[in-house]
Amino acid sequence: MSNTIIPLLLDSLASAALIFFAAVGLTLVFSVLRVLNVAHGSLYSIGGYAAASACLFIASKQLNPYLSFVALLFSAVFVAAIFGPLIERSLIRWTYGKSEAVQILITFGIFLILEDLQRMIFGVQSFYEDTPTRLLGTSKIGGVVYLNYQILLIGLALLVVIGLRLLINHTRLGRLITAVVTDREMAQAIGIDTNRIFILAFSLGVFLAALGGALATPTSGIAPGLGADTMVLAFAVAAIGGLGQIEGAAVASLIVGVARVLAIYLAPSLDAVAPYAAMLAVLLIRPYGLFGSVTARRI
Amino acid sequence: MRTIPAAAAVLVLAALPLFAPWLQFVLTLAVAKGFAALGVAVLLRAGLISIGHAMFFAASAYGVAFLARAGINDFGVLLILSVLSAALVGAIAGSFLVRYRAIFFAMLNLAVSMVFYALCAKLYGVTGGTDGMPVPIPAIFGVVVAEPVFKNILFYLSLGLMVLVGLAVQRYLNSPLGQALSAVHTNEIRLEYLGIPVWAVLLIAYIISAALAGLGGAIAGFAIGRVVPDFAFWTASGHLVLVAVLGGIGGVPGAFLGALFLELLHSAAVTVTDAWNMIVGAALIVVIMFMPQGFYGLFSRKEASRL
Repeated sequence: MSNTIIPLLLDSLASAALIFFAAVGLTLVFSVLRVLNVAHGSLYSIGGYAAASACLFIASKQLNPYLSFVALLFSAVFVAAIFGPLIERSLIRWTYGKSEAVQILITFGIFLILEDLQRMIFGVQSFYEDTPTRLLGTSKIGGVVYLNYQILLIGLALLVVIGLRLLINHTRLGRLITAVVTDREMAQAIGIDTNRIFILAFSLGVFLAALGGALATPTSGIAPGLGADTMVLAFAVAAIGGLGQIEGAAVASLIVGVARVLAIYLAPSLDAVAPYAAMLAVLLIRPYGLFGSVTARRI
Repeated sequence: MRTIPAAAAVLVLAALPLFAPWLQFVLTLAVAKGFAALGVAVLLRAGLISIGHAMFFAASAYGVAFLARAGINDFGVLLILSVLSAALVGAIAGSFLVRYRAIFFAMLNLAVSMVFYALCAKLYGVTGGTDGMPVPIPAIFGVVVAEPVFKNILFYLSLGLMVLVGLAVQRYLNSPLGQALSAVHTNEIRLEYLGIPVWAVLLIAYIISAALAGLGGAIAGFAIGRVVPDFAFWTASGHLVLVAVLGGIGGVPGAFLGALFLELLHSAAVTVTDAWNMIVGAALIVVIMFMPQGFYGLFSRKEASRL
């Protein structure tokens, strides 16, 4: 029995971790900027492409293979540093205070542009580079072999949850962000530079998405269409957890991860249905998500 | 709406394929998507943005395919039944979806449509999976016609329906029931105080919009000859919202104007570049930033509604 449960659990957790990176960025951006960024999934896949390119470059130059771990991190930083400020300053900023329809459409426009941009740069073939996975090797628990890389993913996801919590509760920037989230006008009135907060929060969201994409490349590879798929998955997770809830996103990622792995195990043809079915089930009972509330929006 | 320019526009549309036969398919698809976008625009009136209407578009096209497989071969029957099936799906989904507003309405529509998409793609035995299902050429009043003839009939019938259904929707939007939609957008609570059941107003709008999307889907299914799960993918829904906004959500002509623009842009763009989505995305951003009333706002003296 444990022969199936342990790998199942591990797969669920690892898949939940990857979804979490995408979803928590989306939900963070939503709670600070109050814009639901439809292009978020594209930034995830751009992170993946950047990481795959960097790892392939390292492999082709026969540099130290352990550099590929650095490459994963730095490609996410790189994507965040370029796309974060660029998108926020040029287009997202323009939509503040406008209706949801306008915000969704503008970010949908960004999504369309980014998707084609990726196709033009990286072509339509899929990228696969598993050096980091191979370097970490496998372990054996209870007679079951699994990838150490999956443990790393789970650990990193936990680190992000704790890190974000610390950032928001125990740093000056976190308090400024909380102030902006709670009352944007009042925050502006007492002299908080909201523009800077918005750029920082958006770039942090982009970084988390890109990191998720980068970390996903060594296990699952990257191919066109990943951006659109990730987008709806991140949507589902953010909605299950309650929009703008970091812990909610973590719990929802677990639910979706488990639902997916169980579906793959029990009814393989329904694996793609599982996350949305879970979302529907939760939202019908709790319309604003597990951790969400109608009035107060905390982060 | 000014009658003479509108009638002239329809006549130009009807005449175009006589000079450029290849346009007929593009125009048929444009009208089909125009119906679906009109459905989205009806809900946009109430400030509700649905990123899931491609589901009804696809449901109706699948409806045609299933009915044809079951042995029904009459064009009129197929069209009516498939639109009814889309309306039925709309009534079921709408009955709980219209409780939600704003971003939650958008996301739940997305979720429902993605369940539908995933089922269509995965249930290989029933729907043919990603290969899709064929939509055969039906008989018209018992007369079996050749494919080119059928496509001709389909095109002119779509144009006719565009006028008839367009007028009907216009009447609906101008009726108290339709006006209530704008009132939901402005101040929903006030509407409840007046004793108007918002839930019912929105449900009726939702069913109408699903039926409109269904009509478009059936026409598209006939025109293409095949229905695939991608009909229901969320990006297709995004395109429908895009068309609705592109045209301008103020009036009925806007949706068709937007669809026509997008389809023509598509066929022009694919001949020179693969980056078709990029062009659409850029066009979308430009229109939203600089023409908040859409194309319809350019032509209409009356103020088109803004988002």
